[in-house]
Amino acid sequence: MTTPSLGLQKAPAPGLKNPVHDAQKIFKVAMNALARPGSLQEMPELGLEVPAPLTQTVAALALTLLDYDTPVYLDPALAQEVDVVDYLRFHTGAPIVALASDAAFALISDPAKMSAISGFAVGTDEYPDRSTTLLIAVDDMTNTSGATLSGPGIKTETEFDAAPLSPAFWPQMIANQTLYPLGVDVLFASPTHVAGLPRSSKISMKEAR
Amino acid sequence: MTEQTYDNFADHYNFAYLDEQTKRMIRRAILKAIAVPGYQVPFASREMPMPYGWGTGGVQVTAAIIGANDVLKMIDQGSDDTTNAVALRGFFVKTTGVEATTKTSEATIIQTRHRIPEEPLKANQTLVYQVPIPEPLRKLEPRETETRKMHALEEYGLMHVKLYEDIAKYGEIATTYAYPVLVNDRYVMDPSPIPKFDNPKMHEMEALQLFGAGREKRIYAVPPHTKVESLDFEDYPFEIQKFEEPCALCGAENVYLDEVILDDKGARMFVCSDSDFCEDRRENGHVGHMAANPITESENRGADA
Ligand SMILES: [Zn+2]
Repeated sequence: MTTPSLGLQKAPAPGLKNPVHDAQKIFKVAMNALARPGSLQEMPELGLEVPAPLTQTVAALALTLLDYDTPVYLDPALAQEVDVVDYLRFHTGAPIVALASDAAFALISDPAKMSAISGFAVGTDEYPDRSTTLLIAVDDMTNTSGATLSGPGIKTETEFDAAPLSPAFWPQMIANQTLYPLGVDVLFASPTHVAGLPRSSKISMKEAR
Repeated sequence: MTEQTYDNFADHYNFAYLDEQTKRMIRRAILKAIAVPGYQVPFASREMPMPYGWGTGGVQVTAAIIGANDVLKMIDQGSDDTTNAVALRGFFVKTTGVEATTKTSEATIIQTRHRIPEEPLKANQTLVYQVPIPEPLRKLEPRETETRKMHALEEYGLMHVKLYEDIAKYGEIATTYAYPVLVNDRYVMDPSPIPKFDNPKMHEMEALQLFGAGREKRIYAVPPHTKVESLDFEDYPFEIQKFEEPCALCGAENVYLDEVILDDKGARMFVCSDSDFCEDRRENGHVGHMAANPITESENRGADA
């Protein structure tokens, strides 16, 4: 699994304590999050120590889902930290790409300054799965205010919001939904929970807030 | 079984047989499948220690999602006791140490070949289907490049023509298994060879439904609470099979029944295809009109295999 020629200055922080069972539990959280959009899925206790500004929850998702086959885009705040880059390279082997549209996954640690969602891969008509999944670190998530979601995985409708997000985020995700079945999918990662916003979710915003 | 007890096995097997790299690849495909309900996600299907016809696609999906605390039910044509179901259940018990059950209500993962349980599934359950041919358009168009285009353009006219030809020929839509459905108003999907009787159960199901085709290397999904419509026509609406009599053993109506031949003189009876459902009803005192029949459980199921 390890790549010997990284030229690391120091050993990266350790990865998952139990790579088999921890990865299964983390995947299950991500699966349930996308299968039930907007629901807050609790992360297991992992005791991961990860280099800032990477968060424990984003790191857990990355270690579970990324490998040599998944080009990953890092937002500027992550890309400029050598320890973060080394940690992800060492534990996942995922090639880090500069172009958002080349990425199978994008790790966003500073969502208030996130680049345009339209820059990520949305798949093709024949292969809508060739798209970017965004892993976005947030501080808080709620089901009592925010956007109203409906569609697959939601019985009637559900409210959902996350913070911090850029003011452009929801309008961009509404635009993303119009591309269906193309589009990006989002996993929001708070310190304790994960929530999903797949491209299939219909989003409406209240007129006045 | 706990993780610690499992680890006694760990010297001999990868947990759930697959290596972690393969699980990651399958897990990514499952996430895409959930995000685009009914779309067939290609994946790099692995060789499994069983022939393709045994449901290697379903096995790989189950192996990618199963955890040490899951409770697994394995059914084949409604029964937990066929050779196929017993072998696959044994495979997972051996390679994961998880608890197995025949009770639908106790399972967290139900892997199935050709049936959906009669008992409504719940939010904490995942139904994994073994799929032989994932492409609903395959019989109309053998070329993968063409079917992919048809899905991309939502060109499903041929599918309707095929169903309408049935009506012209037989006076009704003759397809009774693997009856095509439209998922989330977008993709036409093959529900695997379940009887069309089961199609309505897929609609707005509480449980997540995952489909794995090993030989054809495709994974697809129907998330909970998702619209699933059987294709039909205004003047020929979709109808499920109707049975003239209730289950001979438990008296259940509105369930899918299998014909069981009783002797070489042509005597027969109809019994629940879902053996756990039938047993549960009988344990709760429900009695069918032939419940006193001496036919044994095992013979009953053997007729179905
Ligand atoms: Zn019965």
